[in-house]
Amino acid sequence: MSMLKEKFAQLRQQQKTALIPFITAGDPLPEITVDLMQDLVAAGADIIELGIPFSDPMADGPVIQRASERALEYHVSLRDVLEMVSRFRQMDRETPVVLMGYLNPIEIMGYQNFAEQAAEAGVDGALVVDLPPEEGQEFQQILQQHGLDQIYLVAPTSTAARIERICDLSGGFVYYVSVKGVTGASHLDIESLDEKLKQIRENTDLPVGVGFGIKDAETAAAVSQVSDAVVVGSALVSRVEALADQPEKIGAALRETLSDMRQAMDNAVHK
Amino acid sequence: MVTTTEKMIGNYPDERGHFGPYGGLFVSETLMDPLDELREAYQRFMQDEAFLKELDEDLKHYVGRPSPIYHAKRWSEELNGAQIYLKREDLNHTGAHKVNNTVGQALLARHMGKTRIIAETGAGQHGVASATVAARLGLECVVYMGAVDIARQEANVYRMRLLGAEVRSVESGSKTLKDALNEAMRDWVTNVDNTFYIIGTVAGPHPYPAMVRDFQAVIGREARRQMPEQAGRQPDALVACVGGGSNAIGLFYPYLDDREVAIYGVEAAGSGLDSGQHAAPLCAGKPGVLHGNRTYLMEDKDGQIIETHSVSAGLDYPGVGPEHAWLKDTGRANYVAVTDQEALAAFHDLTRIEGIIPALESSHALAYAAKLAQTMRRDQIVLVNLSGRGDKDMHTVAAQEGLKI
Repeated sequence: MSMLKEKFAQLRQQQKTALIPFITAGDPLPEITVDLMQDLVAAGADIIELGIPFSDPMADGPVIQRASERALEYHVSLRDVLEMVSRFRQMDRETPVVLMGYLNPIEIMGYQNFAEQAAEAGVDGALVVDLPPEEGQEFQQILQQHGLDQIYLVAPTSTAARIERICDLSGGFVYYVSVKGVTGASHLDIESLDEKLKQIRENTDLPVGVGFGIKDAETAAAVSQVSDAVVVGSALVSRVEALADQPEKIGAALRETLSDMRQAMDNAVHK
Repeated sequence: MVTTTEKMIGNYPDERGHFGPYGGLFVSETLMDPLDELREAYQRFMQDEAFLKELDEDLKHYVGRPSPIYHAKRWSEELNGAQIYLKREDLNHTGAHKVNNTVGQALLARHMGKTRIIAETGAGQHGVASATVAARLGLECVVYMGAVDIARQEANVYRMRLLGAEVRSVESGSKTLKDALNEAMRDWVTNVDNTFYIIGTVAGPHPYPAMVRDFQAVIGREARRQMPEQAGRQPDALVACVGGGSNAIGLFYPYLDDREVAIYGVEAAGSGLDSGQHAAPLCAGKPGVLHGNRTYLMEDKDGQIIETHSVSAGLDYPGVGPEHAWLKDTGRANYVAVTDQEALAAFHDLTRIEGIIPALESSHALAYAAKLAQTMRRDQIVLVNLSGRGDKDMHTVAAQEGLKI
């Protein structure tokens, strides 16, 4: 059983919704990323989504884009990111790690090479934002051969036919992009979210996570009542940004924000 | 690899936008359905006689087509080689080939019921061409432009504002064309319900590379008709500059199956290919994925896109249309590069010898055409796409000479 599957099974038993924080690897300093990952786990993270820095993050809003820029000042490469996961794995064998990024750094490393090294480092899944199912078959096969899950996005604009197809192909969980827009956008509407999630669940038994636009503990709690996982990115990364020149304070800040969310989610009456 | 006899026109791209291994659809899920809708509308309207008639009328009466072909006799004489002919896209309304595409896409936008147009621009020509058609059709228009480009193309920024467009300065990344494209994509993904994104070149996700090519192919179709009338035969070689590559593919495409016609795309070598300061992905880059398609890119060993350099803002782009990548690999077209200095020299030559001030982008094509012509016989013909006029470049050229105007 994949670690992601195992984690979700465990959470289902405990009637808990997964909390998935996102940070960009290497932001603001490559040497503190592994510590920050551990801080996130201490504050209640069930799974960690680690961003691979990219020069042209088209699907991201300004907050996460600037995180990439900060990491790239230190030339943080995909190899460096895998190295960070590997160090994290030596200390934490239970928290699944999903890499999120864009195709080009993976393509230049080579699919096979990437899958081998990612599996060896202890990565559990990959979400490649600009690789839709139409173009992703070869990559997916290679990931599967190495026991890695490929996570696909479903968007508000996805048609019924696309949702069905994406659900068929997804591994680990299905990631629903809750707003039309880039990461960090606002206007999340819980009612229409609930409807869309029901539509997705008609097509799959996989857990469904929700991301893009979860800004605070209140939204996280509301979303946790209709979803299996809550992904929080820009809300955390903007705290990293605010403390970029006092890196020693970032861990505590992330712990604070994330544990507020954890608490709010756990206190919310469950579905 | 394509055999030399395989028919190329009409066979590429495939249904999902692939030119061999290049092209395709590499975007986030939110854009998949809108791109599907666009492809469907585009395919439907390109079969629709009323739509095509409207497009033809616009190209004739608004753009001023057909653009003439001009025999640059004095320059050819001076070079003492092949005869150089110029396809005068510089005489189009708004001063470049860009308007051929924006007229088509804006018409499509209106037929699809979209009320808002967005565009990215480098030199500002595509932004001006988009703002122009938006003004004419009464559509809201937002143009994304890198802060660096805004500084070096002030006149075009002012033109866009006069035309009623909002020009948004892009401060991220290298603050040039690629970042403007990122920002336009972000706008589109957010406002996809009422917004039509007019991409200005033959790059981006399917169907853009094919659609922009088809709107620009009017250049080559006209040339193929005009050359026999004017010169008694088709040219021996075609030359066009390649940034994203829309003017080049516009000229090349109708000639792809005329195997006796040699094809040359000219990239910007900036300070020289060896200097690393250039914008020549086909000559010095490698394949990767950016802006929705697989193509040749300027990238570092980690797959990060690197900054480009060219004296001409319109060529300052780290990628290139996927069809050019395919034409390179199949050997059907040759891709070469000329430096800033060579392009500037050609700029001055054409201006002084023929009384035509070319755009700095087009000057790259002229510079290579001059070199090529000198290796050919006097009874041979080189047809150059003079893709735009140089009015917008006065400041840049003056600055090269230490003048401020």
